[in-house]
Amino acid sequence: MSETLEQIVKDMKERFAVESLEYAGDTTLLLSPEYLQAAFQTLRDEYHFNMIVDVTAVDYWPQQEPRFHVVYHIYSMLNNDILRVRVPLNGNGPHLPTIEKIYPGANWKEREVWDLFGITFDGHSDLRRIVMPYDWQGHPLRKDYPLGYEEVQFTFNAAEIDKRKPYAKD
Amino acid sequence: MTNIREVTVDELRHLVSDRAMTGETMLLNMGPQHPSTHGVLRLLLELDGEIVVNCIPDIGFLHTGVEKNMEAKTYQKAEVMTDRLDYMNSVGNNLVYCLAVEKLVGLDVPVRAQVLRVILTELQRISSHLLWLGTSCLDLAAMSVFLYAMREREMILGVMEMISGQRMMTTYIRPGGVWRDVPPEFVPAVQEIVNVMPGRIAEYESMLTKNMLFTERTQGIGVISAEDCARYGLSGPVIRGAGVAFDLRKARPYSGYEQYDFEVPTYDTGDIFGRYMVRMEEMRQSVRIVRQALSRLPNGPVLSDNRKFVPPPRSEIGVSMEALIHHFKLWTEGFNAPRESVFATTESPRGILGVFLEGDGGAKPYRVHYVTPSFVNLQSMPLLTRQHFVADVVGIIGSIDIVLGDADR
Repeated sequence: MSETLEQIVKDMKERFAVESLEYAGDTTLLLSPEYLQAAFQTLRDEYHFNMIVDVTAVDYWPQQEPRFHVVYHIYSMLNNDILRVRVPLNGNGPHLPTIEKIYPGANWKEREVWDLFGITFDGHSDLRRIVMPYDWQGHPLRKDYPLGYEEVQFTFNAAEIDKRKPYAKD
Repeated sequence: MTNIREVTVDELRHLVSDRAMTGETMLLNMGPQHPSTHGVLRLLLELDGEIVVNCIPDIGFLHTGVEKNMEAKTYQKAEVMTDRLDYMNSVGNNLVYCLAVEKLVGLDVPVRAQVLRVILTELQRISSHLLWLGTSCLDLAAMSVFLYAMREREMILGVMEMISGQRMMTTYIRPGGVWRDVPPEFVPAVQEIVNVMPGRIAEYESMLTKNMLFTERTQGIGVISAEDCARYGLSGPVIRGAGVAFDLRKARPYSGYEQYDFEVPTYDTGDIFGRYMVRMEEMRQSVRIVRQALSRLPNGPVLSDNRKFVPPPRSEIGVSMEALIHHFKLWTEGFNAPRESVFATTESPRGILGVFLEGDGGAKPYRVHYVTPSFVNLQSMPLLTRQHFVADVVGIIGSIDIVLGDADR
């Protein structure tokens, strides 16, 4: 961890009650959802994290509290630091405020998280599905969503499997 | 049985202006089968005559659920899926995944393997830029450049085939090094490419840089400022074409890039022409890096000898019981990674390519997420195309060099 990053982590601990973790040279801040927008505003304006690199999520199902971690990566061109911010979320109707106003680049990334994990971003300007078809049911990257497979048809069970296939019904 | 739901105009109303509702402006679908959208990209254009008022990209046609599939495979098997994301930069996709796995388990890579990785990613960068040059000029109706660019790209694909048996989906870079050592003909073949390329790049430039048909279609079109690039998280030639010398090979070196002598080209206009100039110069710099790497290619092992993560060579299995056990364990169960998460970044031909990897103590990744430059850069389409002609949209899509496999994952 560079000296500037160390100072930033120390300041963030005082101001937003974050916890910090360190592994293999990566620095992570654990932030609670109520400080989300204020913390990112501070990180961008005061600590020069001017670039959003990524927004994604991890599902810890069947654990419920917290079930999700929303993971942000931000980059500071001035100090050449990457910072990871993790925000724990409960499994029941997970929602977070959007950071689209702070980093416009988060727009599509938040859409993707909503599409694949079903985490709502309050105040998002355009929360539609992005990679899945618009009429899709469910959120595929959740751990309780099955991977799915194609049954192999042999001569002895081809007809039986055909009955279960959607195209055979109508 | 899925219920098919029609998307109504109301759902898209917040994206287009009120004039579209009265019929004053026209809504036009471009793609997903349009040849200039480089794959399956659909653009919903709102047009006032021939002027683009708004552009709404629609992606996801090539979504294959790679991230979900990778969660169900061991660390070694999941790597094969990474080639298929950005199929123009498959070596780079392998590299960033391997860097993440190595960072997660703490695995060292021998020097020879690192130099080979640099040579291959730089060759891949040249081949990706050549394909970009060919196809985007084809969109601007310059047919002959495409044929020239394909001629040189063929030489690089030949090298890929020589080392791995595959022209595009190589999976040659593995956690802990590379798959196996390169054959003796590898160095002369790469030397040949390095000798030929500078002259060929000058040839392309003589056809385009001062060609009025080309400059009229590119200069002052699709302009983006350096501030907007940072705000939207754009990277690669797009941000360098806007005058910011931001390159992760310099900023956060990996695979020993800090030992090579190269420059980060920039151009300060921020238009299509700027991105073109940056990519042409980048090919020259890649040639320079490959030349240096060839001169310092050391002898030695190409795979780590840490047997807990890297399977032993075939010769050892016959004589060592321990090697046999490692071989068996690694190919049936795989290796276990700690319950931690890491983020690895590289500079792909298109920009920041990152992998967020989380382990759960078992042999399968708990979560893999690819941060892909095409996805991020495509987001700037509304910004780039506003107030330009429909015909320029084609040039702008070409200039941000998207690969839809990369954007949709």
